[in-house]
Amino acid sequence: MKAVVNVFLKEGVLDPQGKATSHALASLGFKGINEVRIGKQIVIDLDATSKEEAEKEVKEMSETLLANTVIEDYNIEIVE
Amino acid sequence: MKTAVILRFPGTNCEFDSEYALKKQGWNVEIVWHKEEVLPKCDLVVVPGGFSYGDYLRSGSIARFAPIMKAVEKYANNGGYVLGICNGFQILTEAGLLPGALKRNNNLHFISKMQHIKVVNNDNKFLQNCEVGEILNIPVAHADGNYYIDDAGLEELKKNNQILARYCDENGEPMVLNGSVEQIAGVCNKEKNVFGLMPHPERAIEEVLGSIDGIKMLEGLSA
Repeated sequence: MKAVVNVFLKEGVLDPQGKATSHALASLGFKGINEVRIGKQIVIDLDATSKEEAEKEVKEMSETLLANTVIEDYNIEIVE
Repeated sequence: MKTAVILRFPGTNCEFDSEYALKKQGWNVEIVWHKEEVLPKCDLVVVPGGFSYGDYLRSGSIARFAPIMKAVEKYANNGGYVLGICNGFQILTEAGLLPGALKRNNNLHFISKMQHIKVVNNDNKFLQNCEVGEILNIPVAHADGNYYIDDAGLEELKKNNQILARYCDENGEPMVLNGSVEQIAGVCNKEKNVFGLMPHPERAIEEVLGSIDGIKMLEGLSA
Protein backbone atom coordinates (compact mmCIF):
# COMPACT_ATOMS: atom_id res chain seq x y z
CA MET A 1 0.00 0.00 0.00
CA LYS A 2 1.18 3.51 -0.70
CA ALA A 3 0.59 6.60 1.35
CA VAL A 4 1.17 10.11 0.09
CA VAL A 5 1.78 12.75 2.73
CA ASN A 6 1.70 16.42 1.73
CA VAL A 7 3.32 18.81 4.18
CA PHE A 8 2.81 22.56 3.92
CA LEU A 9 3.56 25.56 6.11
CA LYS A 10 0.42 26.54 8.00
CA GLU A 11 -1.82 29.28 6.69
CA GLY A 12 -0.53 32.51 8.18
CA VAL A 13 3.04 31.25 8.43
CA LEU A 14 5.02 33.11 5.78
CA ASP A 15 6.44 30.77 3.13
CA PRO A 16 9.63 32.45 1.83
CA GLN A 17 10.17 29.90 -0.95
CA GLY A 18 6.60 30.28 -2.16
CA LYS A 19 6.91 34.05 -2.11
CA ALA A 20 10.13 34.04 -4.11
CA THR A 21 8.60 31.65 -6.65
CA SER A 22 5.50 33.80 -6.94
CA HIS A 23 7.68 36.85 -7.70
CA ALA A 24 9.67 34.85 -10.25
CA LEU A 25 6.48 33.74 -12.03
CA ALA A 26 5.19 37.31 -12.10
CA SER A 27 8.46 38.58 -13.54
CA LEU A 28 8.21 35.92 -16.25
CA GLY A 29 4.94 37.52 -17.25
CA PHE A 30 2.47 35.04 -15.74
CA LYS A 31 -0.59 36.97 -14.66
CA GLY A 32 -3.20 36.59 -11.96
CA ILE A 33 -1.11 34.71 -9.42
CA ASN A 34 -2.51 35.31 -5.95
CA GLU A 35 -0.21 33.11 -3.94
CA VAL A 36 2.28 30.27 -4.30
CA ARG A 37 2.82 27.83 -1.44
CA ILE A 38 5.63 25.31 -1.55
CA GLY A 39 5.46 22.11 0.41
CA LYS A 40 6.85 18.64 0.23
CA GLN A 41 5.39 15.34 -0.77
CA ILE A 42 6.47 12.19 1.02
CA VAL A 43 5.52 8.86 -0.56
CA ILE A 44 5.60 5.86 1.75
CA ASP A 45 5.30 2.27 0.62
CA LEU A 46 4.15 0.28 3.61
CA ASP A 47 2.77 -3.09 4.70
CA ALA A 48 -0.72 -2.59 5.99
CA THR A 49 -3.73 -4.87 5.82
CA SER A 50 -6.32 -2.16 5.47
CA LYS A 51 -6.66 1.42 4.39
CA GLU A 52 -7.73 2.37 7.90
CA GLU A 53 -4.67 0.76 9.44
CA ALA A 54 -2.39 2.50 6.94
CA GLU A 55 -4.01 5.83 7.61
CA LYS A 56 -3.66 5.45 11.36
CA GLU A 57 -0.02 4.46 11.04
CA VAL A 58 0.87 7.29 8.65
CA LYS A 59 -0.94 9.83 10.81
CA GLU A 60 1.29 8.82 13.71
CA MET A 61 4.36 9.07 11.46
CA SER A 62 3.30 12.55 10.40
CA GLU A 63 2.70 13.79 13.93
CA THR A 64 5.95 12.28 15.19
CA LEU A 65 8.41 13.09 12.44
CA LEU A 66 7.16 14.06 8.99
CA ALA A 67 5.57 17.38 9.94
CA ASN A 68 6.51 19.93 12.59
CA THR A 69 3.02 20.85 13.72
CA VAL A 70 4.30 24.10 15.26
CA ILE A 71 4.63 25.50 11.73
CA GLU A 72 3.26 22.87 9.35
CA ASP A 73 -0.01 21.20 8.37
CA TYR A 74 -0.22 17.90 6.55
CA ASN A 75 -2.71 15.73 4.73
CA ILE A 76 -2.63 12.03 3.96
CA GLU A 77 -3.85 10.20 0.91
CA ILE A 78 -3.81 6.41 0.85
CA VAL A 79 -3.26 5.01 -2.64
CA GLU A 80 -3.90 1.30 -3.10
CA MET B 1 36.68 20.57 37.35
CA LYS B 2 33.33 20.85 35.64
CA THR B 3 32.52 18.57 32.73
CA ALA B 4 30.69 19.54 29.57
CA VAL B 5 29.36 16.95 27.15
CA ILE B 6 29.24 17.95 23.50
CA LEU B 7 27.01 15.85 21.28
CA ARG B 8 28.10 14.71 17.87
CA PHE B 9 25.68 13.62 15.14
CA PRO B 10 26.55 12.64 11.58
CA GLY B 11 27.02 16.07 9.99
CA THR B 12 27.91 17.97 13.15
CA ASN B 13 30.82 20.32 12.45
CA CYS B 14 31.13 22.67 15.42
CA GLU B 15 32.02 20.15 18.11
CA PHE B 16 35.75 20.99 18.07
CA ASP B 17 35.20 24.76 18.09
CA SER B 18 32.89 24.31 21.06
CA GLU B 19 35.40 22.03 22.76
CA TYR B 20 38.20 24.56 22.21
CA ALA B 21 36.11 27.42 23.60
CA LEU B 22 34.99 25.50 26.67
CA LYS B 23 38.45 24.10 27.43
CA LYS B 24 39.77 27.65 27.38
CA GLN B 25 37.36 28.40 30.19
CA GLY B 26 38.59 25.47 32.21
CA TRP B 27 36.02 22.84 31.31
CA ASN B 28 36.73 19.18 31.03
CA VAL B 29 35.07 18.19 27.74
CA GLU B 30 33.72 14.89 26.47
CA ILE B 31 32.42 14.52 22.93
CA VAL B 32 29.64 11.96 22.84
CA TRP B 33 28.43 10.11 19.73
CA HIS B 34 24.70 10.28 19.02
CA LYS B 35 24.27 6.50 19.22
CA GLU B 36 25.18 6.43 22.90
CA GLU B 37 22.22 5.94 25.19
CA VAL B 38 23.83 7.03 28.42
CA LEU B 39 24.90 10.58 29.11
CA PRO B 40 28.13 10.79 31.13
CA LYS B 41 27.87 12.66 34.42
CA CYS B 42 28.24 16.31 33.50
CA ASP B 43 27.41 19.91 34.35
CA LEU B 44 26.44 21.03 30.86
CA VAL B 45 25.33 19.49 27.57
CA VAL B 46 26.14 21.38 24.39
CA VAL B 47 24.29 20.56 21.19
CA PRO B 48 26.66 22.12 18.67
CA GLY B 49 26.21 23.53 15.19
CA GLY B 50 26.47 21.75 11.88
CA PHE B 51 24.17 19.94 9.52
CA SER B 52 23.04 16.87 11.40
CA TYR B 53 21.69 14.28 8.96
CA GLY B 54 22.30 16.75 6.13
CA ASP B 55 19.34 18.85 7.34
CA TYR B 56 17.12 16.27 5.60
CA LEU B 57 13.36 16.63 6.08
CA ARG B 58 13.80 19.68 8.37
CA SER B 59 16.90 20.92 10.17
CA GLY B 60 17.23 18.98 13.40
CA SER B 61 14.18 16.81 12.82
CA ILE B 62 16.01 13.49 12.55
CA ALA B 63 18.75 14.21 15.09
CA ARG B 64 16.16 14.84 17.76
CA PHE B 65 15.31 11.10 17.68
CA ALA B 66 18.93 9.94 18.06
CA PRO B 67 19.41 7.54 20.99
CA ILE B 68 21.39 10.08 23.05
CA MET B 69 18.54 12.60 22.88
CA LYS B 70 16.34 10.54 25.24
CA ALA B 71 19.03 10.91 27.88
CA VAL B 72 19.40 14.62 27.11
CA GLU B 73 15.65 15.15 27.48
CA LYS B 74 15.72 13.41 30.83
CA TYR B 75 18.75 15.44 31.88
CA ALA B 76 17.04 18.70 30.88
CA ASN B 77 13.79 17.75 32.58
CA ASN B 78 15.77 17.18 35.79
CA GLY B 79 17.12 20.72 35.61
CA GLY B 80 20.43 20.00 33.83
CA TYR B 81 21.86 22.84 31.74
CA VAL B 82 21.67 22.44 27.96
CA LEU B 83 22.95 24.88 25.33
CA GLY B 84 22.01 24.50 21.67
CA ILE B 85 23.93 26.54 19.12
CA CYS B 86 22.62 26.95 15.56
CA ASN B 87 21.77 23.40 14.44
CA GLY B 88 21.70 22.59 18.16
CA PHE B 89 18.98 25.23 18.61
CA GLN B 90 17.03 23.66 15.74
CA ILE B 91 17.38 20.20 17.33
CA LEU B 92 16.17 21.47 20.72
CA THR B 93 13.07 23.11 19.20
CA GLU B 94 12.32 19.95 17.21
CA ALA B 95 12.66 17.97 20.44
CA GLY B 96 10.18 20.27 22.15
CA LEU B 97 12.78 21.29 24.75
CA LEU B 98 12.49 24.87 23.49
CA PRO B 99 9.36 26.62 22.16
CA GLY B 100 8.90 27.70 18.54
CA ALA B 101 10.51 26.49 15.34
CA LEU B 102 13.17 27.63 12.86
CA LYS B 103 12.18 28.16 9.24
CA ARG B 104 14.09 28.94 6.07
CA ASN B 105 15.56 32.49 6.11
CA ASN B 106 13.23 35.02 4.55
CA ASN B 107 15.68 35.92 1.79
CA LEU B 108 16.39 32.21 1.15
CA HIS B 109 20.13 32.85 1.55
CA PHE B 110 22.62 31.05 3.71
CA ILE B 111 23.65 34.00 5.91
CA SER B 112 27.24 33.82 7.14
CA LYS B 113 28.67 36.98 8.73
CA MET B 114 29.41 38.86 11.92
CA GLN B 115 26.14 40.01 13.42
CA HIS B 116 25.21 42.29 16.32
CA ILE B 117 22.71 41.07 18.84
CA LYS B 118 21.16 42.86 21.78
CA VAL B 119 20.73 41.11 25.11
CA VAL B 120 17.06 41.08 26.10
CA ASN B 121 17.10 39.19 29.41
CA ASN B 122 19.95 38.28 31.72
CA ASP B 123 18.09 36.70 34.62
CA ASN B 124 19.40 33.32 33.53
CA LYS B 125 22.66 31.43 33.98
CA PHE B 126 23.77 31.75 30.35
CA LEU B 127 23.62 35.55 30.02
CA GLN B 128 24.16 36.46 33.68
CA ASN B 129 27.46 38.21 32.84
CA CYS B 130 25.86 40.37 30.14
CA GLU B 131 23.89 43.56 30.68
CA VAL B 132 20.33 43.93 29.45
CA GLY B 133 20.57 46.05 26.30
CA GLU B 134 24.23 45.17 25.80
CA ILE B 135 25.23 44.83 22.16
CA LEU B 136 27.38 41.82 21.30
CA ASN B 137 29.09 41.00 18.02
CA ILE B 138 28.74 37.30 17.27
CA PRO B 139 28.96 35.39 13.97
CA VAL B 140 25.93 33.76 12.40
CA ALA B 141 25.99 31.03 9.74
CA HIS B 142 22.64 29.52 8.89
CA ALA B 143 19.98 28.94 6.24
CA ASP B 144 17.18 28.05 8.64
CA GLY B 145 17.33 30.66 11.37
CA ASN B 146 13.99 32.33 10.85
CA TYR B 147 12.46 31.91 14.29
CA TYR B 148 8.71 31.37 14.35
CA ILE B 149 6.36 31.28 17.28
CA ASP B 150 2.64 32.04 17.35
CA ASP B 151 1.26 35.11 19.14
CA ALA B 152 0.26 33.24 22.28
CA GLY B 153 3.71 31.64 22.47
CA LEU B 154 5.38 35.01 21.98
CA GLU B 155 3.40 36.47 24.87
CA GLU B 156 4.54 33.57 27.06
CA LEU B 157 8.17 34.19 26.10
CA LYS B 158 7.88 37.83 27.04
CA LYS B 159 6.02 37.18 30.27
CA ASN B 160 8.65 34.71 31.46
CA ASN B 161 11.73 36.62 30.24
CA GLN B 162 12.60 33.78 27.85
CA ILE B 163 13.90 35.90 24.98
CA LEU B 164 17.70 35.87 25.22
CA ALA B 165 18.71 38.23 22.41
CA ARG B 166 17.51 40.00 19.28
CA TYR B 167 19.31 40.83 16.04
CA CYS B 168 20.22 44.50 15.77
CA ASP B 169 22.57 46.85 13.95
CA GLU B 170 25.77 48.14 15.52
CA ASN B 171 23.85 50.90 17.28
CA GLY B 172 21.38 48.48 18.77
CA GLU B 173 18.54 49.40 16.43
CA PRO B 174 16.37 46.42 15.46
CA MET B 175 17.26 44.92 12.09
CA VAL B 176 15.73 42.20 9.98
CA LEU B 177 18.36 39.51 9.49
CA ASN B 178 16.39 36.43 8.53
CA GLY B 179 12.72 37.16 9.17
CA SER B 180 12.60 35.96 12.78
CA VAL B 181 9.54 36.97 14.77
CA GLU B 182 10.53 40.21 16.57
CA GLN B 183 14.14 39.61 15.43
CA ILE B 184 14.59 36.86 18.02
CA ALA B 185 18.08 35.32 17.93
CA GLY B 186 17.77 32.99 20.91
CA VAL B 187 15.39 31.81 23.62
CA CYS B 188 15.39 29.69 26.76
CA ASN B 189 12.77 27.45 28.30
CA LYS B 190 10.51 28.62 31.10
CA GLU B 191 12.68 26.92 33.73
CA LYS B 192 15.75 28.71 32.31
CA ASN B 193 18.00 25.68 32.09
CA VAL B 194 17.73 25.03 28.33
CA PHE B 195 19.14 27.70 25.98
CA GLY B 196 19.17 27.95 22.21
CA LEU B 197 20.48 30.57 19.82
CA MET B 198 21.44 30.84 16.16
CA PRO B 199 24.62 32.96 16.62
CA HIS B 200 27.86 31.13 17.47
CA PRO B 201 29.44 32.44 20.71
CA GLU B 202 32.14 29.74 20.47
CA ARG B 203 33.41 31.47 17.31
CA ALA B 204 33.90 34.84 19.05
CA ILE B 205 36.46 34.09 21.72
CA GLU B 206 39.74 35.55 20.44
CA GLU B 207 40.59 38.97 18.96
CA VAL B 208 41.93 37.30 15.84
CA LEU B 209 38.42 35.96 15.18
CA GLY B 210 37.02 39.49 15.07
CA SER B 211 35.26 39.48 18.42
CA ILE B 212 35.66 38.19 21.96
CA ASP B 213 32.04 38.82 22.94
CA GLY B 214 31.30 35.10 22.99
CA ILE B 215 33.48 34.68 26.08
CA LYS B 216 31.06 36.65 28.22
CA MET B 217 28.17 34.47 27.14
CA LEU B 218 29.91 31.16 27.72
CA GLU B 219 31.40 32.38 31.01
CA GLY B 220 27.91 32.58 32.44
CA LEU B 221 27.61 28.82 32.10
CA SER B 222 31.12 28.30 33.47
CA ALA B 223 30.41 30.32 36.63
